[in-house]
Amino acid sequence: MLDIQKIRKDFPILHREVNGKPLIYFDNAATSQTPQQVIDCIVDYYSRYNANIHRGVHTLSQEATDAYEEARIKIQQHFNAAKPYEMILTSGTTDSINLVANGFSSLLKKGDEIIVSALEHHSNIVPWQMLCEHTGAILKVIPMFENGKLDMDAYVSLLNENTKLVFCNHVSNALGSINPIEFIIEKAHEVNAAVLIDGAQASPHIKADVQALDVDFYVASAHKICGPTGVGLLYGKEAWLNKLPPYKGGGEMIDQVTFEKTTYAGLPHKFEAGTPNICGVIAFGAALDYMNDIGFEAIASYEHELLEYATEKLLAVGDVTIYGTEDKVAVISFNIGNIHPYDIGTIIDKLGIAVRTGHHCAQPIMDFYKIPGTVRASFSFYNTKEEIDTFIEAIKKAKMMLS
Amino acid sequence: MTIQEIQNEIVDEFAMFDDWMQRYEYMIDLGKSLPLIDENLKKDENLIKGCQSKVWVHGEMENDKLVFTADSDAIITKGIIAILIRAFSNQHPSAIIEANTNFIDKIGLKEHLSPTRANGLVSMIKQLKLYAVAYQTQLN
Repeated sequence: MLDIQKIRKDFPILHREVNGKPLIYFDNAATSQTPQQVIDCIVDYYSRYNANIHRGVHTLSQEATDAYEEARIKIQQHFNAAKPYEMILTSGTTDSINLVANGFSSLLKKGDEIIVSALEHHSNIVPWQMLCEHTGAILKVIPMFENGKLDMDAYVSLLNENTKLVFCNHVSNALGSINPIEFIIEKAHEVNAAVLIDGAQASPHIKADVQALDVDFYVASAHKICGPTGVGLLYGKEAWLNKLPPYKGGGEMIDQVTFEKTTYAGLPHKFEAGTPNICGVIAFGAALDYMNDIGFEAIASYEHELLEYATEKLLAVGDVTIYGTEDKVAVISFNIGNIHPYDIGTIIDKLGIAVRTGHHCAQPIMDFYKIPGTVRASFSFYNTKEEIDTFIEAIKKAKMMLS
Repeated sequence: MTIQEIQNEIVDEFAMFDDWMQRYEYMIDLGKSLPLIDENLKKDENLIKGCQSKVWVHGEMENDKLVFTADSDAIITKGIIAILIRAFSNQHPSAIIEANTNFIDKIGLKEHLSPTRANGLVSMIKQLKLYAVAYQTQLN
């Protein structure tokens, strides 16, 4: 059992007011809040050992380098990568995806095929479209069903010897549905295609084991897992990372430089040009420590309880449509009658409640359901049933005002 | 009435409300009472970019006055555009160009004025003024 009141004390932001009401933060799928332990870590870094890493011989630089590399190991262990250098530290999920897409531009040829799912964040569709334009490869899409699940029969029929890469999110950001990535990976490997899984939405709820999954690439962002913004990871199997060319040129990623030729540094530095977000990476390590101390099983089980409670209460409001209904994390994407999600979001914000409204950067999904968007309430382990009760009252009020 | 006089009138109306709920309920009513726009005017050229909800605005000259019609798929947004239309429609383009928008502040909608705000109030005002500039150029 989680001691929620104790956990809530760790998050200073949960004690502020919005529009004169206590904040109820149900926009955790957009970004999670930051516990004091992580804030302290950031303050400690800038107060005691702020220095550039991997190059200084002085004490501060050594301390910062050690802390940075220790954080890499924490991240490696969290996702169970075989080697620390298989964890490339980036500015976030989008950066990580672009790194892989950019790398594949030198590996693909005309007629090769890339498969993406219909559930993708549209900003994540763009790198593949660009890659296809550049290489002449063809983009194929795994279709979805009404309940938010991907059509696995259709997926299998898309696979063939031309398939080089499959990209899918672990959990859909718009619906919260958990995709069958084990099956997706296994089937892709039967045709020797690489698989990149976007774990941005899964990572706050599910501890992914990249070796057990046998996934080729896995990406995520620190800010969804109680860490700071501007930090993310790209896990890649060593063999794959060695195949991909460097993404950005700059300091840190080089071995020898002359004007005639440059040789690149080994992993992970080949992909980490320039001064990284040192403080952010160290704080990400602290965030993973914080989450692991609570325990992902306890988190998942409590969040599931919140999800079931909120779903039941919300459906009782009447005229509610929930999108994505099976196998999902603690996210409810919904509409009430024909009320525009923006209107609901505006009214409940006045009542101190933060939810996301709109198309959630997943326009193809909204087109599928023929709706302008949804209201998305996403829960975290620091939320409570009392907050859900207040949220339901706010939804009732909004419904009354807007109907 | 001049734009300024209409704006003062709107400010007076909003001053009667005690809290945000009444203000929003009034805006929702204004949205509901906005005359229906001709369906064929709901085309992409009339769509204002930068809004989370869809907003269509059309302007055309009647004699020397610029008349606006508008619609939105979200009711609060529709209320906001209804207020703007009440203030700016049926006026000479030059008056629309010169008009200030301080009244937005006074009716408690300042929070909607931020350029990054998803409802695009700033984009709506810009669009109305762009129409005025375009028609003023024709008049000249």
